Amino acid sequence: MTVTESHTPEPADLAAAPALAVDGLEMSYVVRGTPRKILRGVTFEVRQGEAYGLVGESGCGKSTTAYAALRYLPSNGVIDAGRVLSGGEELTAMSAIELRKFRAERASMVFQDPVQAVNPVLKIGTQVAEAFQVMGQSKAEARVSALAALERVHIAAPESVMERYPHQLSGGMLQRVVIAMGLACDPTLLVLDEPTTGLDATVEAEVLDLVRELRSELNSAILLIAHNLGVIRTMCDRVGVMYAGRIVEEGTVAEVFDNPSHPYTKGLLNSIPRRGLRKTDSELFSIPGAAPPIGASLPNCTFVDRCPIATDLCRTDVPPIVQRSDGHWTRCHHVDRLDEVPEPEKVTVKYDIGTEQVIGVEGVSKTFRQRGRDVPALVGVNLGFAEGETLGLVGESGSGKSTLAKTMLGVHAPDEGGAITLRGRTMADKATSRIEESVRAISMVFQNPDSALNRAWTVRRILHRSVVKLTGVKGAAADRRVEEIAEGMQLSTRHLDMRPRQLSGGLKQRVAIARAFAGDPEVVVCDEPTSALDVSVQAAILNLLARLQNEERSSYLFISHDIGVVRYLADRIAVMYLGRIMEIGATQTMFEGVNHPYTEALLSAVPSVDGVAENRIPLTGSIPSPANPPPGCVFHTRCHRAIAGLCEVTEPELVELSPGHSIKCHLTVEQLNEPIKADVVATLS
Amino acid sequence: MLRFILRRLMLAFVTLAFLLVIVTLIPNIAPGDPARKIAGGTASPERLMQVTESLGLRDSVLTQLQKLATSVFTLDFGDSFSVAAGEPVMSLVWSALGNSAKLVILALIVIVPLSVLGGLVTAYKKDTWIDRTIINVGIAFSAIPDFVAGVFLLAFLAVPVDFFKVQAAAPPGSSPLVQIQHLLLPVIAVLMVYFGYIARVTRAGTITALDSDYARTAFMRGLSIPQVFRKHIARNALQPTVAVLGTQLGYLFGGMVALERVFGYQGVGNLILRAVDRADYPVLRAGVLAVAVIYMLATLSADLLIAYMNPRARQSLGDN
Repeated sequence: MTVTESHTPEPADLAAAPALAVDGLEMSYVVRGTPRKILRGVTFEVRQGEAYGLVGESGCGKSTTAYAALRYLPSNGVIDAGRVLSGGEELTAMSAIELRKFRAERASMVFQDPVQAVNPVLKIGTQVAEAFQVMGQSKAEARVSALAALERVHIAAPESVMERYPHQLSGGMLQRVVIAMGLACDPTLLVLDEPTTGLDATVEAEVLDLVRELRSELNSAILLIAHNLGVIRTMCDRVGVMYAGRIVEEGTVAEVFDNPSHPYTKGLLNSIPRRGLRKTDSELFSIPGAAPPIGASLPNCTFVDRCPIATDLCRTDVPPIVQRSDGHWTRCHHVDRLDEVPEPEKVTVKYDIGTEQVIGVEGVSKTFRQRGRDVPALVGVNLGFAEGETLGLVGESGSGKSTLAKTMLGVHAPDEGGAITLRGRTMADKATSRIEESVRAISMVFQNPDSALNRAWTVRRILHRSVVKLTGVKGAAADRRVEEIAEGMQLSTRHLDMRPRQLSGGLKQRVAIARAFAGDPEVVVCDEPTSALDVSVQAAILNLLARLQNEERSSYLFISHDIGVVRYLADRIAVMYLGRIMEIGATQTMFEGVNHPYTEALLSAVPSVDGVAENRIPLTGSIPSPANPPPGCVFHTRCHRAIAGLCEVTEPELVELSPGHSIKCHLTVEQLNEPIKADVVATLS
Repeated sequence: MLRFILRRLMLAFVTLAFLLVIVTLIPNIAPGDPARKIAGGTASPERLMQVTESLGLRDSVLTQLQKLATSVFTLDFGDSFSVAAGEPVMSLVWSALGNSAKLVILALIVIVPLSVLGGLVTAYKKDTWIDRTIINVGIAFSAIPDFVAGVFLLAFLAVPVDFFKVQAAAPPGSSPLVQIQHLLLPVIAVLMVYFGYIARVTRAGTITALDSDYARTAFMRGLSIPQVFRKHIARNALQPTVAVLGTQLGYLFGGMVALERVFGYQGVGNLILRAVDRADYPVLRAGVLAVAVIYMLATLSADLLIAYMNPRARQSLGDN
């Protein structure tokens, strides 16, 4: 905080100065009186009109940096050293009033979950208008501005949205509202903290399109925090890779993603399935060890403990900044030895998928009764699982994926006429009336291991109970079995005596998977098992699932919104929409083309980490309510290939295009192959 | 919304009807002969018969119930037997209700702002010495029963300091200020019991609201701390507080028996207690029903206030 540097800048100075400059920022969180380092000297700049991305595992300091960019510190956060500047003005030296003025007029932040980011008790109009009132507009002026702001983010019927409450809008609409509020002051600096993480891929694509479009209008600088590398790749100009409170590599997205120059970046990129990688090709790379906890005292190169090419030098000397190309640098002693970073292991042994159907979902419909109305959540679903097969299930939220999973598990009973079969024998509808063999046959891995595991129990007790309940083994034999299972999950005996809260997210998910395998199941239903995890942990879990499948010969129903992950793990993919299977086929076939228009749109919405410019097919509007499905083909309201006079009248049958590949569509293969009209495509540059 | 209010009123009627049955049954199933209790141990059999007759206890239970229901609708419960022999029951109840209302309203005026403020401050200063001091003092006071606190207050304030009065009831015809002066000690006793409770409920609600992204958004928008509290925190954070106050209000009316005793105050609680003591069933019946009605009105208004504060609650009310 030197006095000489906090001068008021000249106007010319302001324009030239970067919208955000973080300079040697060191921060700690004080926990029970002890300061714990979270940022260890972060330096980067975001220039006017530029989009800068920050990536890294959780706990590396991304979000702290984002908050620090607006000097919004939690009450126990302390800046130990360094400065944050915007337009040449030093935020770290501002008074409370100056800071409020800065936030009101020059900077904005958009949070991860739009549902949480708006006040549930105030009308949308009031909240958006407030952002303008803060800047000195009168109530009436602010209302007019608010309406204009909502129009700018392309919200349908903005006047009526103004009068609505947050709970009456969908997540995608709310994120638009939040962005509209964020843009109220035409910010010089816009900070987006995981803006699309909780959203469906299709909604995510829409929101990203919006941000991209507004960027060109606004010329504001964007700092984007995301753990989805594809989002960073498609949205940002430059990217900084953070590890343990430091930026370890920085450069343009193309440079960093295509020519990663730090072992950590390489590890991160290798841990996601890129370029259509499949489980039959190679394992995913998972960075060994875990990110250090906040406040750990670390050697000079923070990554050394997990680095495959580290030497003693890395412990003693701070790694220098090595320029790779113009503006692309890395902090590594051994840039020349990057080739030695091991590639993921190729898979050599091939396991065949069995031919006999183990579990069958036969003509299953599920209708809920809600306020006297029928709500069909599943309509005539037919699926079969062969031994050792993974069936990927994709679709937007509300498409019935979870209902299908719950019906298979016997949480819901299917409607009359449908059945879940085990090796041809019909199982009882409800899990409570199923015989032991049937109960054992299907198990489940949940998305969030935190709430799936009993927090008061040790891992050993959690596993022990499942073993006893499901296999009837007791006493010493059960103890042995618990240890066997744990070993298979790469859990050490030390972990067995811990409680869930003492374990990291990845380890907890391993425990959950171990529990699912305790009864030697035929099918394991995995509901988004990796979406709460960091990419390197996700890689380890996916590898584990693939290996277990080969050893145990069990089948998976793998539900995920991450198309890349589904493509990696699944042998077949089923696409659901409003409770119906719209398309099903072998993974290879699904990605080779001729898809249902819905699949086509879903696939085009995925932001690719490989940076291939693709034409995105926007899915307009949100998924219709299952209580009131559109007539004819349920997808026709959002279909870019709908045929007037046919699709809204008759519901198409599921027709087989080639062996094992079926779609529920009226269009012929020729019609589906026609290029899409240019006006429906959102072109990404 | 209207449907919700109607439904709640219906529910209140059902509850009242149920209560009516129980209240009717009390003298019929209470141990001992109520007539003997009223008329005294030495009363002649004729006198006993007469009292039983006037209690209506010779009628069938159904007839009693019907008579009581009529009393409810005409607001006429006849005359008191023993608490204030010969006086109309309703005039006793009205005066007791008036006294209780004075005490409860004054208590609320003091308790609500203080404890809500305490809750807001402790939430904002979470985990600091300010937070710990206020909350721990609150808990310590809550642990003391109100009548014990009352006795202590009498001993340490009313006796040495002339300003504080031993009697909660001011002499008849006193000005409102003097009446308030007399009520100060019981109000302080109630405050001691409730401050910690309400402050903690408010604190919890405020911490949740302060931790939310919308509060963060508001701060990031450049609003000042008071603005954020007023516009964004209050309506979210105070919903549990309102719900708690709704249920406690009903309790305060009928449940402060011991405190009213200590300060010699003729509130509803005291009236019901005396009615029980002297087997004055008409007064007991009317008093219990009055407390029940107030309890229901208090919770209903709390629910309506929450519905006003929270649009989602409003919607679910409309749905049900």
